[in-house]
Amino acid sequence: MKKQRLKDGCLWLALVILAILFVLPTVLTVVNSFLSAAEIERSYGAALGSGGYMKERIILKLVPDIVTGEQYKTFLLQSPEYLQKFWNSVLYTVPITVLQTLISALAAYGFCRKPSRLRRTIFFGYLVLTLMPYQVTLVPNYLGSKWLKTYDTIWAILLPGIFSPFAVFLLTKYMQRIPKAYLEAAQLDGANEWQIFRRIFLPQCKSALFAVGMLIFFDYWNMVEQPMVLLESEDLQPLSLYLSKINQGELGLAFAAAAIYMIPCLLLFANGEKHLEEGIVTGGVK
Amino acid sequence: MKKRLSAKKPHTFFFLLPSLLGVALFFVLPFGMVLYYSLVNRPVNGEFVGLQNFKSLLQNRAFLLGAKNTTILIGLSVPLAVLLPLRLALWLERAIPMKSHLRTAFLSPMLVPVASVILVWQVLFHQNGTLNAYLGTRLNWFHSPWSILMVLLLFLWKNVGYHTILFTAALAAIPKAYIDMANLDGAGRSRQFFAIKLHFLAPTIFFVVLMSLIASMKLFREVWLLTGSYPYETLYLLQHFMNNTYRAMDYQKLSAAALLLAVVMGAGISVLLGVESRLDRDTENE
Repeated sequence: MKKQRLKDGCLWLALVILAILFVLPTVLTVVNSFLSAAEIERSYGAALGSGGYMKERIILKLVPDIVTGEQYKTFLLQSPEYLQKFWNSVLYTVPITVLQTLISALAAYGFCRKPSRLRRTIFFGYLVLTLMPYQVTLVPNYLGSKWLKTYDTIWAILLPGIFSPFAVFLLTKYMQRIPKAYLEAAQLDGANEWQIFRRIFLPQCKSALFAVGMLIFFDYWNMVEQPMVLLESEDLQPLSLYLSKINQGELGLAFAAAAIYMIPCLLLFANGEKHLEEGIVTGGVK
Repeated sequence: MKKRLSAKKPHTFFFLLPSLLGVALFFVLPFGMVLYYSLVNRPVNGEFVGLQNFKSLLQNRAFLLGAKNTTILIGLSVPLAVLLPLRLALWLERAIPMKSHLRTAFLSPMLVPVASVILVWQVLFHQNGTLNAYLGTRLNWFHSPWSILMVLLLFLWKNVGYHTILFTAALAAIPKAYIDMANLDGAGRSRQFFAIKLHFLAPTIFFVVLMSLIASMKLFREVWLLTGSYPYETLYLLQHFMNNTYRAMDYQKLSAAALLLAVVMGAGISVLLGVESRLDRDTENE
């Protein structure tokens, strides 16, 4: 018994260390965003910037020499192009998240209320489409955007995003688990389909909606491939794509930009972790 | 049960309509264009050339290199992204303190945009970087076959938490009676795992394999953010090839590649889904 407890203790310690390693990159990014531009140049210039060969080893800083908000000030007040890119990210991600969730919820209701053979076939088609990688789906998106004359406009990103079938699968799975008794009770009371959807199904899958919304948000907030292929103008690019350019150019700003870029996701996660876990689990465990 | 519901035929077609229209307009119809372009020799007034485009694609060295590297990367990342989370979930099952905090720590990378932590990775893996300093080596991570390890670490860091939660939920769903019985019989941990748990976990394992496959097809994002458009040879992926083809506006080559990939991925996905649904039925029959 004693030996077992010792073993569990060691295991626990190993897990804690692993957990710290998992959090460390995020923490380092935030910590380094409070370094002054000069300190960043001095510390990392050789690794990240144009700085030449350096003999010295570059160690990531866990404690800054001086804590300063200098980077944030530059980002917010002196570099309108970054703010514009941040705004672009919002402009793509928010409508896609809201509308894709809504349209998918409607479709999921349609799929689970009447599981006819035809609908099951269509549902399978949706699933396969959801699982296709960008290397496949971006080609029709690209050709489609040329055809609809939306190439290199915000619509090239927005339209395929809003109608992407990604959320349909998860929401359908979730709705299938809503007890039939609720439905029958509502039908006895003479509720029509819209009322059943609006008053029973939507409230019942609140946390799934939240989880799916978060997954969509993370995905589009992070997008790289779509803007790379579907946009040419630099003005339209989201921050996710633009960050890599900051990384190469203005080093003093890079960490603050990276940290600011994380904030919306952090806020979402802090408020919805429970929903997220529940939503993730619904998709994988029946 | 089904009969009672369909007795009062629900009119739910309108719920599906927005999604169906969107998917048709932005995915299915453009895919028809893909099919067309893959079979002709010119974008405008093209003549039908049969499988010529596919033949030349299969002789294209860049395509073959991208396909080979992508396959290798998938072959490495998928098993790791399944086995590590499974091991972690089994550890987290034991009676250890702060379990939910540990899980949150493992899940947290999911919410951090990749573009944000790239800086940390670059300092870490630079030739004069932190990792080399601690290992006492002078390995040029970005320009060596080891670059794949750097990408794998980033991939695992990002995905392990999500998969661990899936496995944790699946483990929690195993009826306690089986485990109690095994304990009474004096079966050890590994025997319990192979004789009981694996059986219940099978559907989740397949789901995680599927998710890992999808995620690993998206690895281009990480590779591009880390190494730009011209990576070390072993990291030249299919998406790099696609990007060059977009830039050259070679619709035929692009379409042929997308179609070929769609067929390969479609076949793989169908096999996995087929196995999954069979496993599902097996578990339900008990």
